[in-house]
Amino acid sequence: MPQEVSLREAYGKTLVELGRENPDIVVLDADLSQSTMTRFFASQFPERFFDCGIAEQNMVGIAAGLAASGKIPFASTFAVFAPGRCFDQVRMSIAQPGLNVKLVVTHGGISVGEDGTSHQAIEDLALIGSLPGFTVVVPADAIETAQAVRAAASSYGPFYIRLCRPKVPLVYNDDYRFNLGKVVTMRRGSDVTIIAIGIMVAAALEAADNLKRRGISCCVLNMPTLKPLDEAAIIKAAADTGAIVTAEEHLEHGGLGSSVAQIVAKHHPVPTEFVAIKDTYAKSGKAAELLQRYGLTAKDIEQAVESVIKRKQA
Amino acid sequence: MPPSELNNSSPTTEARPLSVAEMEAMAKKLRRHIIAMTGKAGSGHPGGSLSAVEIVTALYFGRLRHKPSDPKWIDRDRFILSKGHAAPLLYAALSECGYFPVDELLTLRQLDSRLQGHTDRTVTPGVEMSAGALGQGLSFAIGVALAGRLNSQKYRVYVLLGDGECDEGQVWEGAMAAAHFKVDNLVAIVDNNGLQIDGWNRDVMNLDPFNKKWQAFGWHVIEVDGHDLTQLIDAFNQAKLVKGQPTVIIAHTVKGKGVSFMENNPDFHGKAPTAAEVERALKELE
Repeated sequence: MPQEVSLREAYGKTLVELGRENPDIVVLDADLSQSTMTRFFASQFPERFFDCGIAEQNMVGIAAGLAASGKIPFASTFAVFAPGRCFDQVRMSIAQPGLNVKLVVTHGGISVGEDGTSHQAIEDLALIGSLPGFTVVVPADAIETAQAVRAAASSYGPFYIRLCRPKVPLVYNDDYRFNLGKVVTMRRGSDVTIIAIGIMVAAALEAADNLKRRGISCCVLNMPTLKPLDEAAIIKAAADTGAIVTAEEHLEHGGLGSSVAQIVAKHHPVPTEFVAIKDTYAKSGKAAELLQRYGLTAKDIEQAVESVIKRKQA
Repeated sequence: MPPSELNNSSPTTEARPLSVAEMEAMAKKLRRHIIAMTGKAGSGHPGGSLSAVEIVTALYFGRLRHKPSDPKWIDRDRFILSKGHAAPLLYAALSECGYFPVDELLTLRQLDSRLQGHTDRTVTPGVEMSAGALGQGLSFAIGVALAGRLNSQKYRVYVLLGDGECDEGQVWEGAMAAAHFKVDNLVAIVDNNGLQIDGWNRDVMNLDPFNKKWQAFGWHVIEVDGHDLTQLIDAFNQAKLVKGQPTVIIAHTVKGKGVSFMENNPDFHGKAPTAAEVERALKELE
């Protein structure tokens, strides 16, 4: 079993490095710096850290004003509160003017666990992905997180980076180089392509290993950049393997699955299945129990692969 | 890399401040522009533009250090229009300062015009914020003020709010934060015309005690007659001396000020004058 590492901690440590390198990096939080790990930055650079209290709308506006004045603000809270609590502020103060604000949110998805529905962001990617000009990234592990945060700091424009609460297995080693807007081929295969994002990448790899033993050859793509999508890679996957399964810790509509389906439908229609949360809210429970209950395990990906291959052969 | 914000240039303003008499004449001119623009466009917000004419005149033609030929001048004082529906007023002032030709005012709200129905910082020279969704300007202004402080820049930040806008909870999140962060380079001005779309503030959503609310949030409060240019300029000067806390200027105004049939008439919040009404209004403003 690969080592399990916190994405949030990777974010917090990377912010401190960025703060040392660039005096224009500033950080905002909404009374969650202990959880989002912006506290590391706060203790190193107190004059460049602004705790806005439990007021996400105001935090987003302040971040926009700082960005309009040449700063590079990173603003953090839980994924359920940004963009959920401050959608209009994100829309008009950041997205429309295209300001250089980096929203890095934690506790995405249902792996939040015991806190339950109010704290489980399952719609955030649909909301933020609907806004013109936003770059949306969902890293798969701590190594990818650190590099995605660096990419956000060095690319002008609005970013949304969604991290999860639990420690998750590393899927990369230190040689990995994150390439904004590009997929990463994790496994080569010929019968089907599994396109996964976030914590579902590790599940997809596990599924691919299990399916290999049953004689099914899976191509596994990590798609860390949800927007802009690597359309060419999706079209190629459809053409090369003739079947696609997407996997994400988000509602079935408005996230990775529907974005991939649009490209497939337009350019190269092939049978496609979606591993995601079906039109429902989750509840309290341990992360592993919830992922199982709402259909987000390696086993669910395996079933989707078997079903899509049947459709392909029909 | 678009941060034209970092563009630096010579540290001087371009125009001398106008005298009070000259400002009064300018205020009348801006009112005429507002009527002509909204009349031509056939839509827009004359009422809340007319109420804030003296506030904007005192800033652009008296108080602000700015350079119309260099709208992104890094040391400029910032004016942020939070009540974005008063765009016709801001456009009129910017054009009279020379940010763009006065002729362009009559393109307001037309397809492909740089003068959008509500302010858009991506297309109009001199516009600091894309506003129109009420309640967002104070937070934005705090960010701009904090950046100035971090950079040890001397610029001051002025943000204009509507009184009806203060129904928005975000305004009070911002009010709390501005005092907490002690941004004394920030001045909020409330265009306190007493009216919002559905009627008088006191009937729709009572703001009283308005002055005490701001005081309780930790602000230095100044109340003025918002149509008295001398009082406004004195208030801006006084605000400059306040240290360790932000200042709010509650400017008592009349919605539709200067046009008899628009004054205190909520119908003209978001309705343009007809051709006949334009003619009548312009006659009153001669």
